[in-house]
Order: sequence, then structure tokens, then C-alpha cells
Amino acid sequence: MNTKGNWILILALSLISAPLVIMYGFQLIDSISRPAPGGIIPQEWELTNWRFLWTSIDSARPSIWRVTFNTFVFASSTALLVCAFSITAAYALSRLNFSARRFFLAGLIMLHAFPTITLIIAIFIVLQFLGLYDSLMGVILVKAALELPFGIWIMKGFYDSVPWEIEMAGVQDGASRFRVWRELILPQVKPGLSALLIFSFLAGWSEFILPLVLAPGADAQVLATYMNAVIADDTRPDYGLFKAIGMFYALPVIAVYLLFQKRLMNIYGGGTKG
Amino acid sequence: MRIELQNFTKRFGDTTVIEDMSLSVASGEMVALLGPSGCGKSTTLFAISGIHRIDGGTLHFGDRDVTALPPQDRPVGVVFQNYALYPHMSVAENIGFPLKVQKLSSSEIKRRVSEMADLVQIGNLLSRKPQQLSGGQQQRVALARALVRKPDVLLLDEPLANLDAKLRLEMRSEIRRLQRETGITAILVTHDQIEAMSMCDRIALMKDGNIEQISTPSEMYERPASRYVAGFLGNPPISFLQAEANGQLALGGGNALALPNGITATGPVTLGVRPEHFGPQHRGSSVAGRVSFIEPQGREDLIDVILPDDQRLRAIVPAGHDITLGQEISWQVDLDRVHLFDAEGARL
Repeated sequence: MNTKGNWILILALSLISAPLVIMYGFQLIDSISRPAPGGIIPQEWELTNWRFLWTSIDSARPSIWRVTFNTFVFASSTALLVCAFSITAAYALSRLNFSARRFFLAGLIMLHAFPTITLIIAIFIVLQFLGLYDSLMGVILVKAALELPFGIWIMKGFYDSVPWEIEMAGVQDGASRFRVWRELILPQVKPGLSALLIFSFLAGWSEFILPLVLAPGADAQVLATYMNAVIADDTRPDYGLFKAIGMFYALPVIAVYLLFQKRLMNIYGGGTKG
Repeated sequence: MRIELQNFTKRFGDTTVIEDMSLSVASGEMVALLGPSGCGKSTTLFAISGIHRIDGGTLHFGDRDVTALPPQDRPVGVVFQNYALYPHMSVAENIGFPLKVQKLSSSEIKRRVSEMADLVQIGNLLSRKPQQLSGGQQQRVALARALVRKPDVLLLDEPLANLDAKLRLEMRSEIRRLQRETGITAILVTHDQIEAMSMCDRIALMKDGNIEQISTPSEMYERPASRYVAGFLGNPPISFLQAEANGQLALGGGNALALPNGITATGPVTLGVRPEHFGPQHRGSSVAGRVSFIEPQGREDLIDVILPDDQRLRAIVPAGHDITLGQEISWQVDLDRVHLFDAEGARL
């Protein structure tokens, strides 16, 4: 391609993505500066918006570190649960012949596309009955359950691409079916597994509705609900503070994407190579 | 170790793939299961390996009834068409896996792996991963892994199908060498008649889940039990002619041949003539026709002859002849070497 065509293309793409870049830019700029009243040009650079990191922003709220810890526990427990169940359930669906297998497969596809928010009242009642309402544990279980159809479906795709002969060879070499799965098959789907782990971690990290409805108390607050509370409670909303917390909330996600880009692509690329 | 498969039946769902098949392989023998795809040869192989359950009949290794044994407990090594090497393990780990499962000490595993690797001549590749190997090397690793726990039986499922022509030749003799050196009883599944004939002591030719004929390669070539067997073996293939037997063999269009010795049949028969038994260089009964195609092969030429009643015969003629396309000829059929089949295709 010639250089001129290149430049036109780059210009067009820049124009299209400019609004996004500007939004992200001001998210950062506003979090560390004070604009003129009614204007957008930063007047003065300061870190007061980031004060939530070292002081409590008001007495009723838990510290940001407590909330971050909650969010981390929520996201990683969800991810671990999803992965643990996906690698076993997907293997069964991919390789074992059991009754109602077709029913489970069809159910998976349906659940995958199901608007889960319509279940929220039923889930609420179930959690209250179990005594898990307003606890982190309850939200983790619900989130993991809702993420499972996606995880199982993805992992099934990875298992499907592992040749049967590897399994047959393992059995013929004298290994039990479980050992074959553990030592021969699981390593082949590792790329899918690590992508799913990251993916469901991020899904948990950014979850908002479930903690909001099912765990509204201060003890189980996560970053998403914390932010919501910051902007909703005050009579005079502090947008600078809100943006700084937003920045803080987004940083791990950006870091994860930068670090694990390649592995995440596996989910969309599908399958192992070699 | 002798393999005795008796009255073997295999069903997949409602379809019976193999019914009442029996096969016995002598100790130290190498037998080919030859046939077109879908004839049940791989199914039979995997039933012997234990991967497919046997729905009827029995299987013995020597005196031991292994019919109900799971694949893990059968003394069987298998080489798969795509080798099925474990991609995340090195060559040494691949070969050593069956021994690791048997919980041998790591020094013992190491010793037997390197011994095996030397036998299949890949001793210098032990630290490589399978995807760093060529097809032939992968094949050798697969052979080593199948043989390392010293099984009684070696099963090979189309082991040469994924190799290019030159490697196939090399591995053909290599596999046979290993089989002879280890003295292991082996079964080879293939759809390639040349592989079956060149590698095995006996061939079991299969059709629709049944063994059509089992005998040595030369016996099968010289005395095919049926029209199907005659048509399957031989390259270029045998030509079949419809004929009427009534004291002689009337071919239609004025051509007639004497009845071969010992044949008394009357009525419609099928005459099978291999290309190497028809041509100007033979002595015997003559058949007249016209040359319709000449395919030079170097040392010899393949020549198609069309008979007056539109039936075709093929001849192999040594190069250096002066036959031209369209020429009217009258060549001889070697009557001692032709095959006659009745209307059902059975040998007369």
C-alpha cells in the first residue's frame, strides 16, 4: 500500500476513535487536576481526587482497600469456580456418552443466551432462604453459576479439538481414564483454560448488578457498587473523585489486558496448535 | 503370542458392522487386514486392542481369555494413523509414559527408553518435542512407545498413510524389521494392497465386515477365492470378461478360448485375465481385437485392447514393440494363469 493511502486510512481511523480517546484522556486528566468552573481546561494539577487511597472519604463508608480486597476475592473466586467446573463438565460433554447429553448441550446454548437479569428476583429469594443474602459468598456463587454456560461451552470447543487418538493412546498405554484426562488431555486445553481464567476474572471484576441487588450492605461492597454509592449518595456529586476512583477501578483491567492479550485471543482463535 | 478371535460381532447402535467373524494369527506372525474404507478393518483392530467393546464372540491371547479385559490391562501396543504423540511431552517422555504408568523407577524408565530409542534409531532426538520431528521420526517415536512395555501384540492402524511416498518405502521395511527383530505378533490395518503384500506373512482381505479370503500374499494373488479378491489385488488391475462356457469359452464377437484344464462348468462365467498374462509374447489361445490405448511405462507399456463385443482386455508388453494405436491384433491369453468365477463371483 502506498504512503498516501496509509495516511488517509490512519486519519479516518483516528477520527472514528477520537471520542473514546478523548473520554479516556479526560478521565485521567480530571482525576489529577481541577478544571475551571464550567470549563474543561485543567487549571491546577493536584492529587486531592485520589485522597480516597489514604483517607476515608466519609465516615459511613468502608476503606477503599477493604472494597478492593472484596472485589478481588469476588472476581478470583468466581474465576476459579468457573474454571474448576468448566474443565470437568466440558470434558464430560465433549467425550463421555451419558444419557441426556443432548439435553445438557441444548440447555447450555440456551442458558448462554438467556437474559439472566430476569432471574434476579428468584435468585434473591433463593439466597435469602439459604441465608446467603448480603454476603460475598452468595454473590460469588450466583456470578459463577451464571458464567458457567459460557465457560463450559468454550472449554468444550477446546476439548473437541484434541484428537481422540491421544486419548486412545493413553488408555492403551495403561493409564486410567482420569489419568489420561489429567496428564494428557488437560495440557492440550491449557491455552483455553488460562484465557477462561482471565476472562471470568474480568467478568467478576466488572460485575455491578449482582452485588448491587444481592449484597447491598457495606461489608460485601465491591468497587462497582462503591463507585455507584459515591455518585448517588451526595447531594453535590464530586465528579473528580468519581473519575479518580474509576481510574483506580480500571487500572487492573488495563494491566490484565496488556499482560495477557495473547492468551485472551485464544478464546476467539479457538483450539491448540501443534 | 497367538491371537484367536472367534465369532466376533460388533454393533454401533442398531447397525451391525461385523457379524460372526473369526481370525487367528499365529505367534510371531504379521497379518494384514486389507480392505476398502468402511469394511470394518479398523473396528476389528480396535476390538482387539480393547478400545471397542466386543458385542459377541471371544478373544484369546495365547490361552488367556481377554474378551472382557479393559484396554489398560491388555498386553497390546498400538500405533495410530496420526501417531497420537503427546504434544506437550518430549520424545523421551512420550516413550516413557507407558512405563511411568507402571510406576517403574526413573532410572529403569530411562534405561528402557534409550534402549527402545536405539532400536528405532532416534536416540539423538530424545529431548525434542513431537512437532519438531518429521513424519518418519514421529512414526518411529510412536513405534517405540507402542513397543516399550514389551506387549505381546502390536497393532498398526494405517501407520504409513500420513507419510510421503519415499518415507513410506523406508518405513515399510523398517516396521517389518522391528517386527522380525522383536518377534512380536502384529496386525496391520491398511487399504493399500502393496503395503499388505510387501509387509505381511498373511493377508486377510475384508469386505462388508467379513473376511473374504485369508492366505499368503502370493497365494491370494495366484489363486483368488473370489472375483472381489481378484479385482482388489494387482496393479494395473485384472480385466474381467463375460463369457459363456459350453465346452469352450465363448466371448462374443467371434472370439472363443479353450476351457482351462479341469473346468467343467457350463453357462455364464466371468473370466479374469491379469495384464501380465495377455499379449503377443505369450503362448496359448488367441483373442482378436483392436488397440485402443497405449500407456508407456518405461520398461514396459500398458496396452488396452478393445474386443469386437466392446469388452476390454489389458496387456503388459515389453517396451520396444512396434504396436500402434488402432492396430488390429490377435494376441494370446496364458490359459494356465487365468481365473474363472461363477455368476456369484466364487472361484471355479
